[in-house]
Amino acid sequence: MTKVGRSSAFFSVAAAFAGAIGRVIAALVLSAIVSILLIQGVGGNVPLALSSLWDGAFGSPYKLGNTLVASTPLLLTGLGVAIAFRCQMWNIGGEGQFLVGCLACSALAVNCPLTNKLGLPLLMPIILAASAAAGAAWASIAAFLKTWRAVPEVISTIMLNSIAVELLSYLVNGPMERSDHSQPATEMLQPAATLPYLYQLFPKLFAPSPLHVGFIIALVMVGVVYVLIAMTPSGFAMKLVGANMDAARLSGVAVNRVLITSMLWSGALCGLAGGVELTGRVGFIPEGYLPGYGYQAIAVALLGRLSPIGVLLSALFIGALSVGCQNMERTAGIAHEMGLMIQAVALLALLATQWTGWSNVLPELLRRFSANNAAIEHQ
Amino acid sequence: MTLSDFVGLGTTSVGMAVPLLLASLGETIVEKAGVINVGIEGMMLCGAFAGYAVSQLTQNAFIGLAAAVGAGIFLSLVFSLLALYFKANQVVVGTAVNILALGLTGVLFAALAHSTISARPVPSFGIVSIPLVSQLPFIGKCLFSQDLIAYIALLFLPITAFFLDKTIIGLRLRACGEYPEAADAAGVNVVRMRMLALIFGGAMAGAAGAHMSIAYTVSFVQGMTNGNGFIALAVVIVGRWKPLGALAAALLFGLANAMQFDLQALGTHIPYQLVLALPYLATLLALTFNNKKFVAAPAMLGAAYERS
Repeated sequence: MTKVGRSSAFFSVAAAFAGAIGRVIAALVLSAIVSILLIQGVGGNVPLALSSLWDGAFGSPYKLGNTLVASTPLLLTGLGVAIAFRCQMWNIGGEGQFLVGCLACSALAVNCPLTNKLGLPLLMPIILAASAAAGAAWASIAAFLKTWRAVPEVISTIMLNSIAVELLSYLVNGPMERSDHSQPATEMLQPAATLPYLYQLFPKLFAPSPLHVGFIIALVMVGVVYVLIAMTPSGFAMKLVGANMDAARLSGVAVNRVLITSMLWSGALCGLAGGVELTGRVGFIPEGYLPGYGYQAIAVALLGRLSPIGVLLSALFIGALSVGCQNMERTAGIAHEMGLMIQAVALLALLATQWTGWSNVLPELLRRFSANNAAIEHQ
Repeated sequence: MTLSDFVGLGTTSVGMAVPLLLASLGETIVEKAGVINVGIEGMMLCGAFAGYAVSQLTQNAFIGLAAAVGAGIFLSLVFSLLALYFKANQVVVGTAVNILALGLTGVLFAALAHSTISARPVPSFGIVSIPLVSQLPFIGKCLFSQDLIAYIALLFLPITAFFLDKTIIGLRLRACGEYPEAADAAGVNVVRMRMLALIFGGAMAGAAGAHMSIAYTVSFVQGMTNGNGFIALAVVIVGRWKPLGALAAALLFGLANAMQFDLQALGTHIPYQLVLALPYLATLLALTFNNKKFVAAPAMLGAAYERS
């Protein structure tokens, strides 16, 4: 390859990268504009709302810790959804897989006779692995139905979400209800089954905040997923299937196996998110627990352009958004659902920028615009 | 259980089936045109909020219903723009619409609750008993002592069935879902047909939401549609993409929904959650044992159409 060819290849990669970043930024700017208009529209104080949003998310080390804690489940579910979406498995079931992961984790941590004997370093990997396995098992139903009977995974994962909601309701009202019957919820986890705070482990590195080890686990998973999709044969097969399923099948890729593998990874990460959230933050599962991380994961994954690093950034963004909006509700009186609104508009705007037709339409619009201007000047 | 208990169960079932029927009739048309609208839940939620808020604002339930329909149409236009014109993935757009609806209704409802309007009464659709037939035992009370929106839902049943099976436009619409290239070659504007189907689906989902907030109950709660949009998706599948099938499935799922209260009251050992999960299990089974001879799903469901 000549020097010229290499540099042009470099420039085309750089241009594609800049284009991708530019699209995400354009989408975020648009969603910011819509949100500001909405805050204005409901009679809110825009500067106060925005400053309280920023302050709530980043105002102090403690608040930053809150933001990272909120990002943790989004990061894990976002990674899971991204793996499935990369091979065009539209896993809408992150929510159900998350709930099943929570349930498995709680069932094992509360009922395992060894809970208090094993101690945290031995117990934690077991119960987190159980939550990942439960999530993967839940997702495998959809993967199996897809490959065996061509059941669309969109529908089956939505149905499995609702079934998981009913399963949770049954378990927290029956077999897994806490022994004192004080409320329909599972037993509070023992300290040995609770993820420690980072500032307790590393008092010199971290200021006191609710930031727990789960965030580190999520960061490790970013690395694991990166290695999986960029450096393993399995990841390469996923890339082929995602690019063109028929071509992959014709060139000898076992497409069904790849789809099942991606769905198992997806479910495992969503289930792990459930385990980490339970052991790191909530401690017990109340009746009607439906935090929505599995649905928001879809926005996280797509805003992160389905890449592990991108998902990390978008999970941090949406985590900051949700924590900031809680503060905005307290100080500026704007409902915290604003956070959902912002991410939905950002996602819709991003989808709009991904339209391939813009490359034809935009120059045409510019040409007409300049032609118009020329005509006006001519007059 | 006494007879009056059964009448109560029947009335509750029908009341819970109405939004499912409305939304699933709309979704049947949408899916027949080749589009899968996962955002139906969000459209219902926005319909529920718009119906409630506008009814309270204008002190007129009919304007509230119109606003609910308008809200559903607005979201379906957003959906159309992204999924049909920009060719974005329909499932992703639908999910984004759901998140958008949760956020938008949350912010607006909080603003409404803080304003003075929230003190006003909320006009709603009361029970309209149809003379004579409402005196029939059991059926009269269940079917002919309902609110106006329920009758509208029943009215749309023959309309959609006739439209799909007996009209030229219905045939063209089905062609858009089965073989869009052929429809296009025959001069049908596939994208426009799908958009019109989505507008109808959005309007029906909006009306379904209004039934939940200003007819069956008179209240709005955050996220009050509570998965009913997803059940409507299930209704379409179990109803085999036919309006009459949708009615049967909606009534069945309405019954499952209504039975949870009776099961708890009777103190049976059947967990009521199992009954609530039945619609979803039925949907999975219906899709799993989908006999090739009776396959009814539109062939190109969910695929974007691009002229080549």
